[in-house]
Amino acid sequence: MKYMLMMNTPGNGPYQIASWPHQDLVRHIQFMKSFARKLTAAGELVTAEGLSGPDQAKRVRAGSDGKPITDGVFPEAKEFLAGYWIVQVDSAERAYQIAAEASAAPGKGGTPLNMPIEVREVMSEAPREWQE
Amino acid sequence: MGALDPAVQDLLRALAPQVVSILCRRTNDFAAAEDAVQEALVAAAQHWPDEGLPQHPRAWLVQVASRRLTDEVRMAIARRAREETVVSLVPPEDQVALGADDAGSADDDSLALLFMCCHPSLSPASAIALTLRAVGGLTTAEIARAFLVPEATMAQRISRAKQLIRESGLPFERPGPEAFAARLDAVMHVLYLMFSEGYAASSGDAVVRMDLSGEALRVTRLLHRLVPDEPEVSGLLALLLLTDARRTARTGPAGELVPLDQQDRARWDRQAIAEGVALLDAALPKGRPGPYQLQAAVAALHDEAPSAAETDWPQILALYEVLRGLSDNPMVELNHAIATAMVQGPAAGLALLDQLASDARLAGTHRLDAVRAHLLERAGDLSGAVALYRRAAERTASTVERDYLLAHAARLSDSLGSGA
Repeated sequence: MKYMLMMNTPGNGPYQIASWPHQDLVRHIQFMKSFARKLTAAGELVTAEGLSGPDQAKRVRAGSDGKPITDGVFPEAKEFLAGYWIVQVDSAERAYQIAAEASAAPGKGGTPLNMPIEVREVMSEAPREWQE
Repeated sequence: MGALDPAVQDLLRALAPQVVSILCRRTNDFAAAEDAVQEALVAAAQHWPDEGLPQHPRAWLVQVASRRLTDEVRMAIARRAREETVVSLVPPEDQVALGADDAGSADDDSLALLFMCCHPSLSPASAIALTLRAVGGLTTAEIARAFLVPEATMAQRISRAKQLIRESGLPFERPGPEAFAARLDAVMHVLYLMFSEGYAASSGDAVVRMDLSGEALRVTRLLHRLVPDEPEVSGLLALLLLTDARRTARTGPAGELVPLDQQDRARWDRQAIAEGVALLDAALPKGRPGPYQLQAAVAALHDEAPSAAETDWPQILALYEVLRGLSDNPMVELNHAIATAMVQGPAAGLALLDQLASDARLAGTHRLDAVRAHLLERAGDLSGAVALYRRAAERTASTVERDYLLAHAARLSDSLGSGA
């Protein structure tokens, strides 16, 4: 089964990591890279993407003529999706384990961030098992 | 099933455009010919490892692809027959009959094929994909991997591109003299973008991506062999070589971006530099300068400088002055501002950037912020630089670049001794 692991960051102001000391920033980036490598090596990573900063974000709706109406920036938003992983694993527990590992990414001073990671199952096209 | 050894793989890929061209000429149906050759390439990859290389590999491919086409024609005729009860008087075999391979026109054909794939009605992304398949001999799966999209998406992109070409009704031939220059420009532009796409990705996350830059170089070499007397083609090949020469040095051990002035010049590819410089030396005296020759000349000045400090910035500034006159390109303006700062000091460069701030093509992009941050840093305004490096980091869509900008900002910020 596939799960999407979503990492949210506080939405007020720039990325929180932008204000960290150099050493902490580098440690965080290294962690994220080796995390992705480890998931790939385990055959569990389907895809992972980081999103560009929230000040580029727009909210789009179709107007009555079908043309896009864009709206943004959102300084009031509490948090923003910073990136996500999609993993293919055998159980929800394994997905939670992976999420916990990502959550503990090192922050300022090397302390684990323990940031919230939202875990959602990705719907599959075919039913996973026959209903008897 | 065994695997193709690399030499045979290279041979297959070199033959691919020739075979596509031969079938195109016979059938006048680029889309069908290209599909048939793609299937012949797959068949070769399946059969050759076990059965050995055929005596005439190109003829083998032509024959297999022709058979494919014949089947297609036969099915089409059957379809028409059902619909109209009219049967073609020409037997399907004869419609794609095998003629003697005309080796003399193979070059003309390859050129016509390249012009076809870089058709001006195609978006650059479609033209790149089609060129990689028809001229580069890559499979749809390989191209999809290079662009990190699902194979079905890439297959659809290629088939829509071919549909557009078919609708345009453009014949498969070398364009006439009145259209030649514009069509050649389109081809060069596609190859330039293909190279850039690969160059930007080559330092990305350690995901295995196909070597798009290498492919662009390979096809540009082919183009240069086909039209050796066009100085801009020489300029483009020189530019790609002189840029590619620095490829391994621009990434550090952890995959991080290393800017030009901090690269280990011992890791630059001297052979590629020598080849690029020689091409440029042969092209420039023809007295028909263009953007590619000028950019190659800038790259050569960087490549030939023994150290960053010994870079001939006055000469680079002069080249950008000429480039500005030739094209209206915001990236040229940015590079011109950097060169100005290197020659006349950061204040002069910053003044130029102020004039660029109103350019809509640069507004809100990370590049303007990053360049301004760099010049502020050189001017000693470190806290101003930190703020702009961070803003650029938020605006870039490249992870590697973001990491570089954030790390650089953090280092400067650390040196200021404050947490801000």
